[in-house]
Amino acid sequence: MRLLTGNDLATGDVVWWSGQGWSRHVEDAVDVGASGEAILQAEEGARRVNVPYLIDATPTPDGPRPAHIKDRIRALGPTVRPDLTLKPADPLAGNWVI
Amino acid sequence: MYRYDEYDQSIVDARVDEFRDQVERRLSGQLTEDQFKPLRLMNGLYLQLHAYMLRVAVPYGTLDSRQMRMLAHIARTYDRGYGHFTTRQNIQFNWIKLADAPDILAELATVEMHAIQTSGNCIRNISADQYAGASADEVADPRPWAELIRQWSTFHPEFSYLPRKFKIAVIAAEEDRAAMRLHDIGIRLVAQDGGIGAQIYVGGGMGRTPMISHLIRDFVAADDLMSYLEACLRVYNRYGRRDNIYKARIKILLHEIGADEYRRQVEEEFVAVKQLGLDPPRAELERIAAMFAAPAFETGLSAHVERDDPDFAVWIDQNVRPHKAPGYAIVNVSLKPVGGIPGDASADQIDRLADLAQRYSFDELRVTHAQNIVLPHVRQRDLQDLWRALVEAGLAEPNLDLITDIIACPGLDYCSLANARSIPLAQKIATRFADRDRQRELGELKLKISGCINACGHHHAGHIGILGVDRKGTENYQLSLGGSGAEDVSLAKITGPGFDEDGVVDAIERVTDRYLAERKAGERFLDTYRRVGFAPFKEAIYG
Amino acid sequence: MAEAMLRFRDDEAQDEPAVTLDAFLGQSNATAVRLEAGEDARALVPHLDRLRLVEVSFPTFRDGRGYSSARILREAGYTGELRAAGDVLVDQLPLMRRCGFDGFAPQVPLDDAAVARALDRYAYRYQAAADDSVPVWKRRHG
Repeated sequence: MRLLTGNDLATGDVVWWSGQGWSRHVEDAVDVGASGEAILQAEEGARRVNVPYLIDATPTPDGPRPAHIKDRIRALGPTVRPDLTLKPADPLAGNWVI
Repeated sequence: MYRYDEYDQSIVDARVDEFRDQVERRLSGQLTEDQFKPLRLMNGLYLQLHAYMLRVAVPYGTLDSRQMRMLAHIARTYDRGYGHFTTRQNIQFNWIKLADAPDILAELATVEMHAIQTSGNCIRNISADQYAGASADEVADPRPWAELIRQWSTFHPEFSYLPRKFKIAVIAAEEDRAAMRLHDIGIRLVAQDGGIGAQIYVGGGMGRTPMISHLIRDFVAADDLMSYLEACLRVYNRYGRRDNIYKARIKILLHEIGADEYRRQVEEEFVAVKQLGLDPPRAELERIAAMFAAPAFETGLSAHVERDDPDFAVWIDQNVRPHKAPGYAIVNVSLKPVGGIPGDASADQIDRLADLAQRYSFDELRVTHAQNIVLPHVRQRDLQDLWRALVEAGLAEPNLDLITDIIACPGLDYCSLANARSIPLAQKIATRFADRDRQRELGELKLKISGCINACGHHHAGHIGILGVDRKGTENYQLSLGGSGAEDVSLAKITGPGFDEDGVVDAIERVTDRYLAERKAGERFLDTYRRVGFAPFKEAIYG
Repeated sequence: MAEAMLRFRDDEAQDEPAVTLDAFLGQSNATAVRLEAGEDARALVPHLDRLRLVEVSFPTFRDGRGYSSARILREAGYTGELRAAGDVLVDQLPLMRRCGFDGFAPQVPLDDAAVARALDRYAYRYQAAADDSVPVWKRRHG
């Protein structure tokens, strides 16, 4: 599957295209498939998100898993500060990255 | 310490206003990201993996407690409660919102701080020896010179769109504590015929193609320095490569045309530039130097230090250095607790360091290129009280220049350029070598980790250097040996095929074991490596 | 394009088209020349007397060679129009003015109010350059 991601222009937060809009949670990301480029172009025009780009991912029961480690770290947060990730209550969340 | 006058303050305030305008134009869509990026970078604002990152300048690494407290305030109010001290003596905040950035800069301006030229293809923050004004081996305090260069380079009209970034370091001692030879321009102040002048080295740098700088001029008088630097930069701005970002640093220009030809062009340009009246009068250097005058050191202090607490004694031996004034000492505060994040300090720790500087160090702090903090002027009789306070704050790790005093860039945990994580590896290595006796047995051993080829973690200059690379989507680490960023400068050599995270920790242990087996009395790791060569270590690593 | 031009001079704008450096050096009567980013401004120094316009090209705003070209020409005594042409953005105008540019032909027209704000923002300058700003050190020491 293909995901569309970027950083929110105003906050810098990592965001994922969820079909209608942008979500901070990769679990909400939808497969943009062949329409990825068109959504990307439209969203670049809307200028809500900084440098949106398309990535490959694998669907899993827990949600999409980005193919590259960099995007998995973006999806979670810094592995060395579990308290600052999107899953602060889960001390093992970092394992998902690797 | 340097203090702003109305001119300095006006310039920094105007910069806040300008940046506020630029941010508003970006948020409203008048500026594209492509247009905004160089503007925000010239004010130290990056877009990293998780958020914007703001790099705040700490000119020549010197701070007072009021400024330190402001950094803590920013960490608490606009960030997530901590900051990261960098290898260029700056501090980075990792969780900044674009809309907040102008307010942060406005707050910084109230304590004479800014983020001007902490990024971008311009002349960056001027770095200096962290022991400036405290160490007996300097010919002069390098900071007034660095401040003169800071002012000259700030919004320099000709050199704000250089081929690539440009870093300048100033030292004033034989011992190089600032990696001066690995800067685009390195300046060493020297005494000659009763006057102080600048030795100019050009073309050093790390990154993809590490190079050691060349001596271009052995003496430039204070009255000529700005003209000379202007000439150095003009030749680079005109002829530095712009066709390939990886070949755009000045080191490549020197490599391609040769140091002699570069020198010839600079000298020719200097003759022309010198006629233009660009050099401030000597009185300006004197005005600045007066603000860096030595604090009122007490005389007749006892140098006796009670060493009955063994932990205290270890800390003294490892982290405290001699001071030029009798009865005083230079204290290094390690930001490298075993298992911690190199260079990170919490807002509470930053506040605590401000308190301690005020109480014990004439209100002064320094940031080091090794990502530690220095309290430069501490009475020896206060050392034990200071140490107790540092222990309480988790800041008394006795590991200066030991294997756990690791330089590490933020790596793939934060940085959008990184290929591999640096911090978890630093934590693993420090944990493996956590035993204090073992660390001290190994002695001075500078280990430096970069998460990508840009070499922010100075791996080329590590006695042991590690470079993180991306091998088919997994993190891989290349080991190198024999680098130094000090006065015995050298570039580390890659050992061979890379390792995974655990593999590289094991390999380092095989290297240190071989060192212990090979070393002669009094030899540091680097000395043994240089004497016996690469082969025994390669054999130890790969068998 | 003419309406997008900005000039900070009182004389009449030069209407002769600027010729390339090569053409200029091979032709004795041209009074306007266009200098590309990588070309050596010093080649013009022997001919400054007959020049009324030097147009310095900025192929992208990131290419800063034109700033040095401008200063070299002003330092050599050139008093005619020095025009920055191409990818010229409002945030660069103050730097360009300081390097001696007094004409601007930006690809994308600049907003007048933004230009005025940018040029008026800084009351003081640290360093001497090709403009008449008094550097801060001179204000401090007279």
